[in-house]
Amino acid sequence: MEKFDTIIVGAGLAGLASAYTLAREGLEVLVLERGDYPGAKNVTGGRFYVNPVRDLFPDLWDKAPLERFIAHEGVTIMAGERSITLNYNGNELSEKPYQSYSILRSKFDRWLSEEVEGKGAMLLSKVKVDDLIINNGKIDGVLAGGDELHADVVIACDGVLSLISEKAGLRQPGLAHDYAVGLKEIIELDPELINARFNLDGDEGAARLFVGEVTKGKFGGGFLYTNKESISLGIVVGIKDLMEDNPAIEAPVLLDEFKQRPEIAALIKGGETVEYSAHVIPEGGFKALSSLYGNGILVAGDAAGLALNIGFTVRGMEYAMASGYYAAQTVLKARESGDFSAENLATYKTLLEKSFVLEDFKNFRETPAVLENPRFFNYYPEIFGNVMKDIYAVPAGPKNKLYSTIKKYMKLGDMWSMFKDLRKVMKI
Amino acid sequence: MSEVMGLKAKLGLDVFKPGEEAHIKIKPGMEKDPRLKRAILVCPAGLYSENEKGEVELTIDGCLECGSCRLACGTEVLEWNYPEGGTGVQYRFG
Repeated sequence: MEKFDTIIVGAGLAGLASAYTLAREGLEVLVLERGDYPGAKNVTGGRFYVNPVRDLFPDLWDKAPLERFIAHEGVTIMAGERSITLNYNGNELSEKPYQSYSILRSKFDRWLSEEVEGKGAMLLSKVKVDDLIINNGKIDGVLAGGDELHADVVIACDGVLSLISEKAGLRQPGLAHDYAVGLKEIIELDPELINARFNLDGDEGAARLFVGEVTKGKFGGGFLYTNKESISLGIVVGIKDLMEDNPAIEAPVLLDEFKQRPEIAALIKGGETVEYSAHVIPEGGFKALSSLYGNGILVAGDAAGLALNIGFTVRGMEYAMASGYYAAQTVLKARESGDFSAENLATYKTLLEKSFVLEDFKNFRETPAVLENPRFFNYYPEIFGNVMKDIYAVPAGPKNKLYSTIKKYMKLGDMWSMFKDLRKVMKI
Repeated sequence: MSEVMGLKAKLGLDVFKPGEEAHIKIKPGMEKDPRLKRAILVCPAGLYSENEKGEVELTIDGCLECGSCRLACGTEVLEWNYPEGGTGVQYRFG
């Protein structure tokens, strides 16, 4: 009978961070990955914030195969026939250590898995975990490809749907309302063209978010990140909004229409799409987190629902790595007593509460409810676009005063509902 | 304006390794269930469609394993699994 100290299901960032931390301490760790290699099933929009996890893995960052450091941020409000862009450039974004990088997961995860193996963990790819072994209510290992593999504790890092947590009875299948789906193209483009089009120098990168017409009033938005030799371009749409009419539009059509917007088409012109990917993203925040632990099991990363969208920043990968790290710390602590019961593994939750992970989720617990306001995705982009149109317009006859231009679009009722929306936004 | 690349052509760019059996199946007798129609809008690979009889059909080739159909339609109408290890989509960029 094969017996390991810890079995980790899934070689994504949570699983690899866990394995790295445990193997570093000399534990016998087995990581099971269903893809051909770590990263084969993993997708990101594209940006990784290093600061929150820099000190948890001090040796990794110098050699990590990240793409470009993000030196320029931008948000575009898209109306049907016009758009408004706000660019942010700050000196601090170009100061080392850099805050964030664009990233391609197949490349990064594969590299990280080699680092993990270097620490002594065992990694098996092309292996899907089919079930859990449960003895007297305690998870004792996994069934994979007909083999029984035993361990003191299993860490479920099997991603956003986490069928493993479901089998462990820690969660129910998710609700459409709490998730979005991301669709992305990798568009190869000459690095010199990328630099010229985005005003970049050397390894500098740009990040852009788009809100409004891109999702036809549905929850979500568009994104664009510059990689070294490609552009990650995609959209994210709430699954609940997408599956309902109003309007009924197929997800791939939304992406195609986004690509054809003149604002986007000019940026990707001459580029060649080399990959098309899609992935589900947790959007429910604190209220939608799953149970984090049970008898002989811990849940980390997307599997636990640890992704957080607060409008201007959309994060998940640092939470994955940090939760993987704290799951590993919990295992190390539990080994002292040899007790892997849920009661003893509850340390995990305490560690996450004391760290930035659950602190962030609690601080931003109201955010998902505020952001799902359909007015942000339709009404405001149109109204702001129209105001800008009239501000810039020079008609043949006399031009209206600016205040009356604005008032034309915002009647008293509009002002009042805007005020109410603003009050809710202040909860973010 | 850039030319629109068809969905089939886009999926043709991805690396897929064939599996033996479809990992997602419409549960027998559920083909006309209205919940399944949601997948027609949601699926990023456009794998769900409705035939003349009003039944929803699923072609599994090109599945990106994103999971949105499971969330949109639910497990009462879909038998949903990941494909066997070493099969299905293998992202080179991700």
